[in-house]
Amino acid sequence: MNINLNVEVVEQDQSTTLVLTGEIDAYTAPILKESLLPLTKTANAEVIVDLEQVNYMDSTGLGVFISALKSAKEHDSKLKLIQLQERVHRLFKITSLDSIIDIDTTVRGGN
Amino acid sequence: MERFDFIEMKLPAKPEFVGVVRLSISGIANRMGFSYEEIEDLKVAISEAMTNATTHAYQANEDGEVTVGFGIYQDRLEIMVADHGGSFDLTEIKQATGPYQQTEPIESLREGGFGLFLIDALMDKVEIKNDYGVIVLMTKKLSLNEVDLDDDQIPTTQ
Repeated sequence: MNINLNVEVVEQDQSTTLVLTGEIDAYTAPILKESLLPLTKTANAEVIVDLEQVNYMDSTGLGVFISALKSAKEHDSKLKLIQLQERVHRLFKITSLDSIIDIDTTVRGGN
Repeated sequence: MERFDFIEMKLPAKPEFVGVVRLSISGIANRMGFSYEEIEDLKVAISEAMTNATTHAYQANEDGEVTVGFGIYQDRLEIMVADHGGSFDLTEIKQATGPYQQTEPIESLREGGFGLFLIDALMDKVEIKNDYGVIVLMTKKLSLNEVDLDDDQIPTTQ
């Protein structure tokens, strides 16, 4: 079982994708914040976060995505979350954050 | 008196041990027969409590300790997360917690504040005591008619 978080950055023409593997909690959230926030500071950038391999997240992860969303608004960039596992998606729904964060749920992962 | 087993852990109040507490509850809840979904709820709730204990109460003192207790009853799991450090203003914390409201501008969104709200949403009963340090007591009921104790749990989301 992996209780750490691995962040891989994939650059594409129009966007940058962060591929996350592991768990997002109080210990690993700073790792995510460090890689995610700078990406949102480029005007017109599209930042995609792939959560397919994230099997645990709590409010510390929600906090990072709120920071990233604020930063994206401020710098005219876009933030999008994709491939959330149902458990992770549920936290966005319970807190109603799914109404302000762009979440693509067409493909849901699991392992 | 009602019979129960009790497990107690003492951990350094550091974020790296939040994952360790999560692994522990996963094992205990699995042994008790909780479903996959319920175990996931328990993992979030205990992590939130442990995160609060490590971040709020120990900002000034890095050598703090958190005590986690598990009361294993026939029909429920009672979890206690206690720190013995400084206390925080409970009324203020409770007011600052809750789901996102459509009327709020994104700029004023709290980056923290969802922790206690999630504990409340995911557990059956939550009590917070703030007399000496902070103690979070939370209960999750076991639905007895679902599966026998020894049955393997089949994840429903896969």
